[in-house]
Order: sequence, then structure tokens, then C-alpha cells
Amino acid sequence: MSTQNAPDMKTPVPRGPLPILPPPRPRRMVEISIDGKAVSVPEGSTLLQAARSIGIDTPTLCFLENLTPVNVCRICVVEVEGSRMLVPACSRQAEPGMVVKTDSERVRLSRRLVLELLASSVDVSTAPQFQEYMKRYGAQPERFGDAARPAGNRDAAQPGHHHAPENGNAATVAQPVKIDNDLYVRDYGKCILCYKCVEACGVDAQNTFAIAVAGRGFTARISTEYDAPLTDSACVYCGNCIGVCPTGALMFKSEYVMRRAGTWDESKQTRADTICPYCGVGCTLTLQVQDEKIVKVTSPLDQQITNGHLCIKGRFGWEWVNKK
Amino acid sequence: MLKGIHNGARLFVVDPRRTSSAQCAEKWLGLHVGTDIALANAMAREIIAAGLENRSFIENATSGFEDFRRHVQKYTLDYAAKICGVPAAAVRELAHAYARADRAQICWTLGITEHHNAVDNVLALINLGVLTGHVGTYGSGLNPLRGQNNVQGGGDMGALPDRLPGFQHVENDELRGKFEKTWDAKIPPKKGWHLSGMFDAMERGELKALYVMGENPANSEADQHRTTKLLDGLDILVVQDMLMSKTAEMADVVFPAAAGWCESEGTVTNSERRVQRVRRALPPPSGVRDDIEILCHLARRMGRDLGNPSAEELWNELRSLSPMHAGMSYTRLEQMHGIQWPCYDENHPGEQYLHGRLWARPVIGPRAPLCCVEYEPPLDVLDDEFPIRLTTGRRLDSYNTGVQTSRYASPLRHGETIDISAQDAEKYGIQEGETVRVVSRRGSVLAPVRFDPGLRPGLAFMTLHFPDQVATNELTIDAVDPKSGTSEFKASAVRIEKVRKTEPVAV
Amino acid sequence: MDLHFTDAEVTADEKAAVDGVSIPANANGTRRSYLLPILHALQNHIGWISPGALNYASRALDVPPAEAFGVADFYGLFSTRPQPPAVAHICDDIACKAKGAEKLCSELEKSHGPEGSSKDGETWRRSPCLGLCEHAPAALVHSAGKQHFEQSLASAKTESIRTALQGTAVPQPALAASVPQLGQPGLKLLRRIAQINPESLDDYRATGGFVALRRAFAIGPGAVVREVVESKLVGRGGAAFPCGQKWTSILTAARPRYLVCNADESEPGTFKDRVLMEGDPYAVIESMIIAAFATGCEQGYLYIRGEYPLARRRLEHAIRECRIRSFLGDNILGHGVRFDIELRVGAGAYICGEETAMLNSIEGHRGEPRNKPPFPTQVGLFGQPTIIQNVETLLNVPYIIMEGGKAFAAVGTERSTGTKLFCLSGHVAKPGVYEVPFGTTLRQLLNLAGGVGGSGKLQAVLIGGAAGAFLGSKDLDTPLTFEGTRAAGATLGSAVVMPFDDTVDLRQILLRIASFFRDESCGQCVPCRVGTVRQEEILHRLAAGKPLGSRPNELVLLKEVGQAMRDASICGLGQTASSAIESALARLPVFEDKR
Repeated sequence: MSTQNAPDMKTPVPRGPLPILPPPRPRRMVEISIDGKAVSVPEGSTLLQAARSIGIDTPTLCFLENLTPVNVCRICVVEVEGSRMLVPACSRQAEPGMVVKTDSERVRLSRRLVLELLASSVDVSTAPQFQEYMKRYGAQPERFGDAARPAGNRDAAQPGHHHAPENGNAATVAQPVKIDNDLYVRDYGKCILCYKCVEACGVDAQNTFAIAVAGRGFTARISTEYDAPLTDSACVYCGNCIGVCPTGALMFKSEYVMRRAGTWDESKQTRADTICPYCGVGCTLTLQVQDEKIVKVTSPLDQQITNGHLCIKGRFGWEWVNKK
Repeated sequence: MLKGIHNGARLFVVDPRRTSSAQCAEKWLGLHVGTDIALANAMAREIIAAGLENRSFIENATSGFEDFRRHVQKYTLDYAAKICGVPAAAVRELAHAYARADRAQICWTLGITEHHNAVDNVLALINLGVLTGHVGTYGSGLNPLRGQNNVQGGGDMGALPDRLPGFQHVENDELRGKFEKTWDAKIPPKKGWHLSGMFDAMERGELKALYVMGENPANSEADQHRTTKLLDGLDILVVQDMLMSKTAEMADVVFPAAAGWCESEGTVTNSERRVQRVRRALPPPSGVRDDIEILCHLARRMGRDLGNPSAEELWNELRSLSPMHAGMSYTRLEQMHGIQWPCYDENHPGEQYLHGRLWARPVIGPRAPLCCVEYEPPLDVLDDEFPIRLTTGRRLDSYNTGVQTSRYASPLRHGETIDISAQDAEKYGIQEGETVRVVSRRGSVLAPVRFDPGLRPGLAFMTLHFPDQVATNELTIDAVDPKSGTSEFKASAVRIEKVRKTEPVAV
Repeated sequence: MDLHFTDAEVTADEKAAVDGVSIPANANGTRRSYLLPILHALQNHIGWISPGALNYASRALDVPPAEAFGVADFYGLFSTRPQPPAVAHICDDIACKAKGAEKLCSELEKSHGPEGSSKDGETWRRSPCLGLCEHAPAALVHSAGKQHFEQSLASAKTESIRTALQGTAVPQPALAASVPQLGQPGLKLLRRIAQINPESLDDYRATGGFVALRRAFAIGPGAVVREVVESKLVGRGGAAFPCGQKWTSILTAARPRYLVCNADESEPGTFKDRVLMEGDPYAVIESMIIAAFATGCEQGYLYIRGEYPLARRRLEHAIRECRIRSFLGDNILGHGVRFDIELRVGAGAYICGEETAMLNSIEGHRGEPRNKPPFPTQVGLFGQPTIIQNVETLLNVPYIIMEGGKAFAAVGTERSTGTKLFCLSGHVAKPGVYEVPFGTTLRQLLNLAGGVGGSGKLQAVLIGGAAGAFLGSKDLDTPLTFEGTRAAGATLGSAVVMPFDDTVDLRQILLRIASFFRDESCGQCVPCRVGTVRQEEILHRLAAGKPLGSRPNELVLLKEVGQAMRDASICGLGQTASSAIESALARLPVFEDKR
């Protein structure tokens, strides 16, 4: 190459102007009323954002800041004047003049029922947030009676006719835990079908599409094609599905093993944020440490580089620290 | 990138292998290994021929345009098509798409830099950005995607033969003087050797003692025979590492070091120049010390008491010496989830992109040169004896020589293989899973065969992740780029031999 | 996309079945919408959708195989496991239950073993409503293979089912038998049914066919929309939304726009659209062309349920003929109007009748409803503005064009204009489709149909289908209008009128309705997915006389589940899944007698 143009490497390059970043899109403000209080939010805000902006804590299960709202759990429903049905706060946008009630009897009933319906059909023992909501709304899932016997292989269920309920007992999604790899387990008896894992595996994060919802109705379930083991599927073990799972249905195998052994103790755990030691992306890792061992790795949602999503190395590639 | 695509961005992938990224792209240009300059120059020629260069930017902020224009004349689309093995129309389409885009970025990784002409490869890409003005503005730019969490930070901190922290040139007396004053020590006024330069110096007997920190050259360097021999020949080899690597096993002294990312406090810098905090989450095992502690102890033994500084104290010293880090207090780094350098003072937000100065009128500082670089084929030529181009890289779940990543149970890991196309397998009469001998001009290894539909005939792929199973670097060429010191890991010539039944095939 | 596939390989036959579905070269953005046709091809020709075949189809459409599986596994008529090639689907839904479906099932159980078991390459399965209620009990027989055979069986008997399972067609009742008013003056929508050869375009034209289209071309799209607005036509699919408002709202929307004809008539007890499509298929096409012309849509989709093979064949034929005769295509009748229709066939999912679920189904996604807003007129098929109308609604349009909106609005009541088709089945003397002006009372309609059948003593009438409501004998003077039924605490729904005589165990009917909603819930939202299960369980406990705690306790629980489903479900399925049951409990002494 010709070097006659090369700048003098020994002299520092002078400071330039500050980068010009695109200005934030100007957004009109929308005035609405929530629980009798006037609220002003930028156009395009959801009712959930509006409620949060004035400190109203709206429960959510299928919503997460780093995923597209799917509004399927319906626990965030609120009452909007003029609307026949309750509306999901997570996805409904504020419109001028909306009058919203977030804690009416109707709202509380639906929220309580959502919790009762789920808790009577799903094992929510490893879902602390869910249990907190149960207390808040006075949910009593036992109202629906004893759990029915597990329905057999849910993965073989056909859409359409089902067997009549046995003794009117409460059907559940109980089923054996799927353990087909050394990194994480899938305990779909704890799955509330919030779709978050599917979203994280899909366009919202990983773009791997290893899992989707299969089946229909009460037998709808998260599945690979033909329930193929993960090791035959498209799974790349990023564990972003674990990161978004609200009930512990998807769990690090390390946590699963410790819980089975009775050694998992969150009161003894500390957390520290650091940066992944592998590639140059710079994902923040939250290391969960118990007894001087890393037991779990997550990533904060507000971390702007990958919004809480990681890859297999960041999520699982730390065992050597424990094994040293 | 996929987020960008979902938002309507167009992605063109230039890669000899049809990678996962290529599958997601609008177009894949599967060029021959090591022909990047021919492609880039042809794009440049096409951009100029079609009048798509950014004239006002060129006049305001660049130099050497006329020479460059003449230089790329011979890189016609057809010439590039012949050299690179991609259709001329595809090169033209990419050139036009790049030049016409409102914003365009070129991102690259080691496929550009692990060549004997690494710097020229990079310059060829920079030419495209400069030619079209896709530098120094929001959303545009030239992006080397870093393969390691702190490769950028290492450079930032002066782990370069010619630089002090903050990229301040060691041969600039004023800058060096600033450090000498603060450190109360003399700094050698001439630049040192880069990695490959050091090995050459060992060969010449000029370098007799080596202190290796967190690197595993015994496995990671090209032409492993030579590397091992040279390391063996040192008077003293000191290794400071988190784990007992192959290199550490050869060392005279080993300093067991804490894991920087979870047993120490400090900072790293990622690909987008973002300085980020790493924190101690757990204590190191007994007998293992923090890097800072090791260095300070060593200094004390050598007669200089550096005290017992904390990571933050050292960082603040750096901020006083490196203007581009001056505004990055630990408090701000935490509040802002890291800051992109340069950040000159505590009111400075950090800079999302560089080179905005090129858009000032008149330009601030030196003009950006358009550099005339020539295509040169990889040094390890293909011939009848070695007809297959072997390129190396990584697999998703593993990292470099596998010192860390071999210790977790990845379901994706299937050990080392030589990946080839099914067509080549048929040509050489090889079954998938069969162990073959891979022979280069430097050595040979045994490896099982895997078919990869992303590889074209004549192209093979291996990694360095499993050096104990398959020492891929027995095959690679240690041809080194004189400007950067990088080896040509990406282009070796090999042949694949069937292993005779009578031979032991245990690998 | 970077897709990963399992090792499962496609067979030559499967490959041929998939390759037999032609995908237009310019289908880039809509490629995935060929998933449903491809799954049908595999089901019809192979008998099930194998992992290898799914891999091949996924590759062809660039769809992740896990998602394609989720779609295949969603539909009742698809099997993702090997099954015998010949399958008899036996309707055991409300109308058929009242007319001997259980007897049929027990006979098949004797001859073929329990539901789903394989015998000599044959099996049988229970099915939700097949839309042949006027000829209950009904069955649908499929025999997969290169020569795929499918037939609906009216008044099904074990012998006719056996014959059909062998791949031999069984003679079926003439369409005339479904239209008791045949030949009577004043019929509009029914006037051609059983009067012309439904395959003949010339017959259609000889009876005034395509005159309205020419008139629409003459007066222009704006005038067509104006007439529809003036007619006060409202949708007949169940939601009763004003068409004029819908059409007007799309006029300023982005292009391309789509028109979708909802022919996924799946509400138990409903069969009017089937009769229209079997008897007057060209009218469906003409109505769609006029609607598309008025609203600026260049592509239409006609989504017909998979349980209607005869109607589907007639429509396929009609579409082909219309293309040949330039009624569909790039330049319709030389007027420079471009419009064509693609047929999409459902595969056994009630939920796909919900308009947004239908859009997802067409697009090759699971038939899960979308949250509204945005409404389809804003963000519909492939994300574009979309008009969706039911078959009966559309068929009113040519009459509105011919007689004018005002004249149309003069028939019926102020808020329910025009005539209405009703589906009478169950215990009625002359079951079939009836066309009467809005405002006719329930009593008048029952009389028109020859009065209550069976024992002749009326116990209750189900209005509007499974998502409708029960009325008692004291409600017979309810005017059959949208507002009249609403005032009576019921809904017109899909215009089902199903009387039950006093011999019917209504508890069984309620259990069937509860069971139906549990089966047909898409499973997306919690209130409906689990609520329909809990609702059924409560009813079982009540029916068995074994309430948890006390009966009032159970009724409170049932009411709360119903309210949560109604208030918080995403779509109409969950919102109405408790309405028939609640209306029965409110009006009728169903669970009063404790056993």
C-alpha cells in the first residue's frame, strides 16, 4: 500500500464535535384518568405504563419489559369506562379521555379467578411473585376441589374431544419433568403458558424458534416439534427462556438438583453484577452465589446491550469457577 | 442485527461459509478465503464508476482519492468475480446497496484480521466507509466485532507494543513524559514487539524471559511445533492464569490468578468501546490472588513498593493520565451501565460513534486517507498436493482453546471435527464420522469428519477448542501480518487422507 | 431464517403431496399462508402429518418446524400421529345428541372398538357439530390416499358409515330437503337454492346472477358503500356490527386491503351458510366481488370449514369458472377491476370462526384470536386493513344493490333490517333453513316449521347456538331481532333455533355445551383455557348430585368463573362460553331435583 497519506500515528487525533444522536420522537401527551387521578402519558403508552407512572402496582404474569406483550394471562386487566369487557393493561394504549379503574370489584374478581384457575391446575410452588399475588387478591384455588389424577401423556393429547372429568375433580397439567440435557430442565407441570419462553426463543431475542405452543385448549403446551428432545431440536441453550420464565418451570439444572437435595437456600445467596468473560458484546451477568459457588446466572432487563438476554457461554459457561 | 432486520434493515453477509448469519441475510456472498481485498476494491471501483461516492465528504475530509480511483481501476466486477468466486452481479448489488443506504455499517470479525495481510484487509473496508461517507455519523461506521470480552480494553490500557494507556504513543516524548512523572519511573522510549515479533525475537535469541498473563500461546498460536520449541528454549517462563493451561504447565513459575470477571473488581471494555464494571461475586480459592496483588507483590520483590491499591484507585490514576477515560468515575460507570469512550470529563456523556470530526467544515485534525491496497492471495497456496482450503474459527458454545468452556456440559459440544462439504466427502470417498488424517505443509492431525451444508466444495473448517483432542494449530501457518503481528489462522492448505485400517485411529 | 431440522426424512409420497400445492412465485411475504393447504394435502394423501413431511414442508415455506408442528397440532382434523387411513367423524353435538348420536357411537364401539382404535385400516372419532343438524345424526368420513375420499353423511347410520369408510359414496338427501320453504314467493337469499344447478354459471346468470355486479360497476364504489350504509345491514355472523360503518372506515386505509369471507360456520346447530354455499355458490363469489370493488380490496380469501366438503367443491368449481369467464382476475369484465379469491379450508377448529383467529389461521399461524384493538379494518390479514364478512351477510349485498338500501331497510325492524335465515333443528317437525323478515317471533317461526317435534311438548329452545341462550316456553313471543333477543336476555348469535322436547335431559345438553367449549378453547388466555375446564367440572358435580360444599356454593363458583371468562377472555369464545349454561340455570329447573 502507499503510505504517503497515513496520518502521523504519534500525535493524538484532536477532539471532534459531540456525536449527533437522532432526537427522540416528539410524542403528544395523552390525558387519562386512573382510579380518579388525572394522568398524563406520552402517546403510545400502555395503561400499564400509565398506572405504573403514578405508582399503581398492576400484577403481570405474561408481561415482561423486554418482550412484546401477548396479553394472554389476563391478570393485568382493568376496567375502562365504555368498554363491555375488561381490557389488558399491558397492551392497551391510553387514549385521550379514558377513564380507567384498576381496583374495582370486577377487576379484583377477574384477577383472583385468574390466579385461582392457574393455581388449581399448575404447581406454583417455585413462583414467589405468583404467591404474593395470591395473597394480595385472596385467591383460594382449593375452591375447585381435589386435583384430578394426572391426565397421562399430555404430549400425546389430540385436540378435540376429551374424557369426561373424573368425579368432577380439578384437572391439572401435572406431568413428569423433562430432563434431556445437562444445563436445564423443563418442568411443564409448573407451566402457566405465559408464552414468554416462546417469545424469547423467537423474534424477541434468540431467533432460534426451537419451541412453540402446540395442542389446543387445556392441552395446549410448550413443545418442540413432535416433543423431540431438546438435543434434537433447534435449541442453542441460550437459556433466555429460563431467564423469562415466571414460575420456575424452566430451571437451571444446578438449581433443580440443589432444590431436590434441599440445599437451595436463597437466604444464603448473594448477587453481584459483572460482565461476561467471553466475547466482546459485554453482557451484564448477575451472578447468584451460595456458599462461594455460582449457582445461577441471570441478566438484568434494563441492561441496554442485550436487555437481559444471554448466550450459552454467558448463561452456563461458569462451571469451571466452581470446579477450580 | 436480527433486531435490525426485523425493523427493516438489509443484511448482506460476505463469508466463505454459509453461516447462521448468512441464512438470515438478504444475500450471502460466499467468497474464497482471503479474497476480501479484491471484493472491497471492486466494490469501491463500482461505487466510483456509478457516481455513488460521497463527493463532498471526500473533498472535505479525505486524502488520496485520485490515486485511489486509479488504483482500483483494475478491480472490475468481472475481475473480482473471478478472484472471489462470487457473481459479478452480486458484488455490484452489494456495492450499490451499501453506497445508496442512508446509513450503513460494515462489521467484521477475525475472518478479516487473521490473515497475513490483516491490516490491508481492514484498510480496504475502511476505504469503503470513507468513500461513501458512512463513517462519523449516527448508525453508520466500521465495526470490528471483538471476539473477547476485553480485547478492546487491553488495547485501551496500553497492551500494545507502541502505546501507553489511552492510545498515547510511547514515542511521543510529551505523552511519555506525563506517565514517567506520575509513575516516577523511566519508560523505554521505543515501541516494543507484538506477539509474533516476540516469537521471532525468541528465535533470534533476543528474547529470553517471558511473562504471560491470561494467554495460552502453547495452544493458540499458529504452527504449534515452532511455538512449543521456542517457549521451551526460554531462560524463564512465568505464567499468570486462572487455570492450569498448557502454557502454564510449561512454565518455570506459575502465579495462580483470580478470575477477573467474578473474583475481582475492575473494568473491561466491550466492542462498542463501552467501559463496564466487573465485580467480585465470590472469593478466589485459597492460594489464588488478584492480578493487582500479584503485580504489587512482584514489584515489592523487585524493589519498588507500589502499596496495596484498590482497583478503583488504579482506575482513578488511569483517568488522570488518559484523557479519553477522564470522565469515567466508578459512580458514573455504575449509574450509566458503562460509558463509551472518549469521555473527557464528568459531564461528558461518552460517544456513541467516533470520527464525527470528519464532518466538521473544515475538517478537524488529519484527513482520512484512502489507502491503495492490493489483493494478495493467502500464502499457503493450494496445489494438487494440498487442494483444500482449511479455515478456522469458533463454535457457539466454546471459546478459544477451551480452557474455560470445556468444563461445562454443553449439549451442543461434539468434540473437534473437520467439517467439509458432502461433495468433497464423496470425492475423497469419506463417510460422515470417519476419522481422517488432515495434512498441511507443517503437520498433520487425526480428526473425525462432519458434513456441513454451509461449506462449499474445497473448503474445510476446524476450531482450536479441543487442543488435547485435535491440535488444529499443528496445521495452521504462522505467516504473520508484518503490520499487526496476526497470524493467518484463516487460510491453510491441507489435504484429507483416509486412515488405513491397520493404523491406530485413537484420537 | 436459520432453521434447524431433526433427522426425520420425507417419503416420496409425502414429497409429492407437498409439492402438489402450488405456491405463486410472487408469494414472498405470504408464503407461510400455504402451510394450511400443505397440511391438508398431507392429511388427505398420507393420512397423517409425519415428522419428515413436516420438516419438508417447513423447509419449503421457511417456517420453523416447531411452529409448523404447533399449527398442525392445533386442528382436530389433522393428526400428528399415525392413524388408520379411513376415519369416521361422528357428530355427538347437541342437535345430533338429541337425535340418536350416542346410539351410533355405541354401535361403532361394538364394531370398531373404542374411539380412536384401529380396525382394518378404519377408525372413528367423536366430532363437534358438523353443520348437518337438519339431518341429524351426522358423520363425516375421510379416507386418505392418492385417491382421497371424503363425504358428509346426513342421517348417518352404521351401514352408511361403513360403506363410506370403504371409499364408496353414499347417496345423500337433496338440498331441497334442507329448505322447507322451497318455491315459496318472497324468498331472497334462498330463492335459488335447489332451483338451479349450482355448478352452472349459466343457470346463475339466467336467474339474475351478476346483474348486481354490473350495476355496482355502473354506479361506482362510493355509491355501493352508500347503499350499504343506507340499508343498515348488520353482520349476520353473531357480532351484529353495521357493515356500512365497517366499509366506510376502510376507505381511507392503506393498501393493499384484503377481503375475507368467513365461511367457517361452526357454531353448533348452524348450517345456513352451508346450504347457501352448496346451493348458490356463484352468489357468494358475486357478493365478494361487489364488496371488494366497493372497498378497494384486490385479494380475497374465502375461509370455509373443513367439515363442508361439498360446499368446498362447489365453490372451487365456481371460482374456476369465474376466472375462465373473467368474473375474477386482473380485469374483471373489462372494467379494469382486479380481484381474485383464494380458498382456505379450515381443519376442525371452532375458534377459527372468530375473525382474528381466522386471520392467523390463513396466515399459517395457530388459530389464536388477536387482542382488539387494533381491529382488522386497521391491522388485519398480513398486517393490512381487512374487511371480514360472513357468507349470509355478503349475500344480502347484491339485493341491496338491486333494490336500493332504503328498500332493503324497509323490511324488518328499525335496527334489524332485511330478512334473516334461521337454522331449525332439534325437536321441530320440519327442520331446515328458513328465511323470514326480522321481527318474526319465535312462536311464528316454530309454527312455520310445523311446531315442536319429538313428544310435541316443548321444554326449552336454544337460541344462537352453544354461545347463545336457552329460552323457555313463556319466551315464545320474543321477536327474533338483535334488539328483541337482547331484551330477552338472549342473543340471535348465528340464528340457531333448536327446540328440545320434554324427554330431553337438559343436563346432558349443558354438559355437552360445557365440554364443547373446553374442547374448542384455543388455550391462549387463562380465563377461557382453565375456566372452561372448571365450568365443566362444576356441572359434572352438580349433575352427579355431588356438589363441593353445597349446591349454592357451586352455583356461586360457577357464576364467578363465568364472570371472569366473560370479563377477561380475549375473544368471544371465552366471553360467551358460560352464557347458555347461565341462561339455563336462570330460566329452567335444570339442577333443581337433587338425586
